[in-house]
Amino acid sequence: MPEQPGKNAIEVRGVRKVFGSGEAAVAALDTVSVSIRENEFFTLLGPSGCGKTTLLRLIAGFDYPSAGEILLYGDDIALLPPFKRPVNTVFQSYALFPHMTVAQNIGFGLEMLRKPKAEVKARVAEMLKLVRMEHLASRRTSQISGGQQQRVALARALAPQPKVLLLDEPLSALDYKLRKEMQIELKRLQNQTGITFIFVTHDQEEALTMSDRIAVMSSGKILQVGSPWDIYDKPADRFVADFIGETNFLTASIAGVENGKARATLKSGATITASVADGFQPKAEATVVVRPEHAKLTKGKAELSGTVENIVYFGTDTHIHVRLDGSNDLFIVRQQNARSAGCGFEAGDKAGIAIGDDAAQVLRD
Amino acid sequence: MAKSFSIRHQPGFTTIAAVCFVALYMPIIVLVVYAFNEAPSTSEWGGFSLKWFQSASQNAQVIDATLRSFQIAAIAATLATIAATMAALATTRTPPYPGLTFKYAMINQPLMVPEIVTGVALLIFFSRIKIFTGYSGLGYLIAAHTAFCIPFAYLPIRARLENMDLSLERAAADLYATPWQAFRRVTLPLLWPGILAGLMLAFVISLDDVVITEFVKSGGQDTLPTYMLGQIRRGITPEINAISTAFLLLSVVIVTLFFFVSRKRD
Repeated sequence: MPEQPGKNAIEVRGVRKVFGSGEAAVAALDTVSVSIRENEFFTLLGPSGCGKTTLLRLIAGFDYPSAGEILLYGDDIALLPPFKRPVNTVFQSYALFPHMTVAQNIGFGLEMLRKPKAEVKARVAEMLKLVRMEHLASRRTSQISGGQQQRVALARALAPQPKVLLLDEPLSALDYKLRKEMQIELKRLQNQTGITFIFVTHDQEEALTMSDRIAVMSSGKILQVGSPWDIYDKPADRFVADFIGETNFLTASIAGVENGKARATLKSGATITASVADGFQPKAEATVVVRPEHAKLTKGKAELSGTVENIVYFGTDTHIHVRLDGSNDLFIVRQQNARSAGCGFEAGDKAGIAIGDDAAQVLRD
Repeated sequence: MAKSFSIRHQPGFTTIAAVCFVALYMPIIVLVVYAFNEAPSTSEWGGFSLKWFQSASQNAQVIDATLRSFQIAAIAATLATIAATMAALATTRTPPYPGLTFKYAMINQPLMVPEIVTGVALLIFFSRIKIFTGYSGLGYLIAAHTAFCIPFAYLPIRARLENMDLSLERAAADLYATPWQAFRRVTLPLLWPGILAGLMLAFVISLDDVVITEFVKSGGQDTLPTYMLGQIRRGITPEINAISTAFLLLSVVIVTLFFFVSRKRD
């Protein structure tokens, strides 16, 4: 994907982080490079152990890279201690100071920066208002609920007006409903403050709903960077396609790669037009992915055909599992539900699967 | 109907417990009772009196030994607590590495080495220094007490630190606190109950020590326990009981304080 113009808040250049030494050395980050733009809500997404938290810790300064540079608005901060970086963190455990009140917690950073008392007071009041906690200013942090602690942690990290705000899975300790509320709250805070957010999560739904751009990570590498649409509709490789949402994997022979499009001939003999992942190297056979909601089940002939095996009702939609003719693979079609109407198919039915021109993506691996 | 099985109710448990309590507390009760004896005997009761407390409190040697005990305990406990705090920070605020267990063992060494061995070793070591420097003041006793008090101060402080979320100090650093500010504003206030508990424990341990003090002290440097030991050799009067009783009361007060301080969680 071509870089859009605009300032980069953070540039990570060839960063490696190795834990241990000799035989036991493990690369938690394996030569990672990524640019994060000003005012962006950027998410590092991946399963646990993929290196996302390590990268966040390197940006925060809690650890130092084994190699590479981390630029903050052009200055290399990779070796600065955390208290010299204009970057603040919202911790997974919140890490609120238990011996201070809500207001003292929020004012801590400003106090350490030796801001005048009046300014600290005004800023704390402003922050309390921003996170709607004015009425709890003098409470101890142990006397407020989890959701309120979360908001105090946010206010505390935002109060010194950092150039970049780092969020380390901050919503993981909240229950489902509160998490949904906080997702909206976080987006609102980001819009209101205009601060660059770097958000770490393993929750793909959270990443898709909140981010401007997402970096998908696995085994210490960044596999793909893009908008939620890019990541979901145009996954670059198998891991990304599999990790985010549900997907059908097909094998096809690829021909006529041009302008990011190609003709893919499926095993059924049908040829479809598909978009091609960046970095695709021409080869005889490649993997093509089709999202369940981008395929259509038909009564007549279509690109693929098979036998309906299972019908799973989900309320908003129905998943229809089809055993493909020939390859014997399972293909899932997701169909929007209408009121007072079945999905039109029953287990055992013969069915065609229509794959439109803009429904398939060719992976690079 | 058969009674349900309980580990607490087994034959003999109550008897053993009773015997243990009697063996433990009876002598102490007897000692305290005879501190109030009118007669100059620790076995024959001659009526209630406070005269032994009065005579002990006017005994110049007792006053001298008591003051010395407090002086040594105060200085040694303070020094030991400072050292123990630094040791606890160094051993908990670091990722585990090979050799860390060995360092725990080194710090806690006075708990394991027999006191008599430490006493003899210090006697030989300090006598050399005395010859070289000519100094024979309280410094030796203070140094010795500081050394064996360190593990007692270290244990409660380390326990407190281990219960403290490491991310609190990270958060402070993240919010522009220098390492010293983070320690002053976050670590120390949260560690305070542990430090106080360590200090009190070290104080009591120092106050109570006989073996090492006996070896290390020079002439005229009796602490209260070594003075009492010396008096007993010449025959016991209820004055010793009175001193013991006062000592017991002091220890109980300090240990009780220690218990409340170390239990405090905020």
